[in-house]
Amino acid sequence: MLAVIRPDDWNFPLLLHVLGASVLLGALIAALTAQLLAWKRESPDVISFARLSFRTLLFLAIPAWFLMRIGGEWIAVREGWDDVPEEPAWIGIGYLTAEAGGILILIGTILAGIGARNLGRSNGERGGTLVRVATVLIVLVVIAYVVTTWAMSAKPD
Amino acid sequence: MELYDWLLALHVLAAFSWVAALVVYTVVIVAGWGLTVPSDVVRMFRVSRVGDALIAVGMLGTIVFGIWLALDEYEIWDGWIIAALVLWLVAGGVGGQEGKVYNGARDRARALLDEGQDSPSPELNAMLRSQRGLVLHTLMILLVLAILVIMIYKPGA
Repeated sequence: MLAVIRPDDWNFPLLLHVLGASVLLGALIAALTAQLLAWKRESPDVISFARLSFRTLLFLAIPAWFLMRIGGEWIAVREGWDDVPEEPAWIGIGYLTAEAGGILILIGTILAGIGARNLGRSNGERGGTLVRVATVLIVLVVIAYVVTTWAMSAKPD
Repeated sequence: MELYDWLLALHVLAAFSWVAALVVYTVVIVAGWGLTVPSDVVRMFRVSRVGDALIAVGMLGTIVFGIWLALDEYEIWDGWIIAALVLWLVAGGVGGQEGKVYNGARDRARALLDEGQDSPSPELNAMLRSQRGLVLHTLMILLVLAILVIMIYKPGA
């Protein structure tokens, strides 16, 4: 019953962390949906979906990642997890996927952006491969974040 | 892991699914804001199908696992649980009304395409920029945010 005994001053950082993580997952799913719709389609469909995916990652996923990460660090410090010799597995999973996922989101956003620009300039001829590579990266991040959400809430030993 | 841990994890995953659906709908509303051509509108609404699946899983999962958790670990008549249940019901009603507004725009775009009209339609654009739709969507976001705040702060618990 940790939730019941949680001190009040832990609530706000936890709210920021959960809000950031849930918006991040939503932004990644929206971007991924657009990327998957762009996978096999011909222009102009592929161009508009690639642009939508890039803009969603840039303007929604990246800011949400920062909100999730800042809120997560804040609550970790409040709970004293930064001061223990051996952290529990669920904290380790959280740190690992947050950091690695952040790098993959950044690379995916850059690839999606360059891909969308090349698709636009070539009328759908070039840039599709970059968008597909970005799609694979975002699929990996979404899977990792769903597993992380389970681990952070269930807190298995 | 005990039953409580599994229920909590599934409840949190369902809540993330609900927030993710709202993010997907927000992306579609923003992306559709300037559209006037029926084929562009129909294309954009393909993204919202994922939102439809996510919101079904999210709303059903939060209520089923939430009530199960309340019966298992809390008191169903606690004020914060009653408040969350009321907000969930209101959100269901608001979501239904919002769906009518935007599904109406999607159906109109499909009808225009079926009639062979794929030229810019001011009527369609007005439907996508609906003040009512925007107000309902904002209200939906505020309701879900309020539920999230209640779930984390658990006032009165």
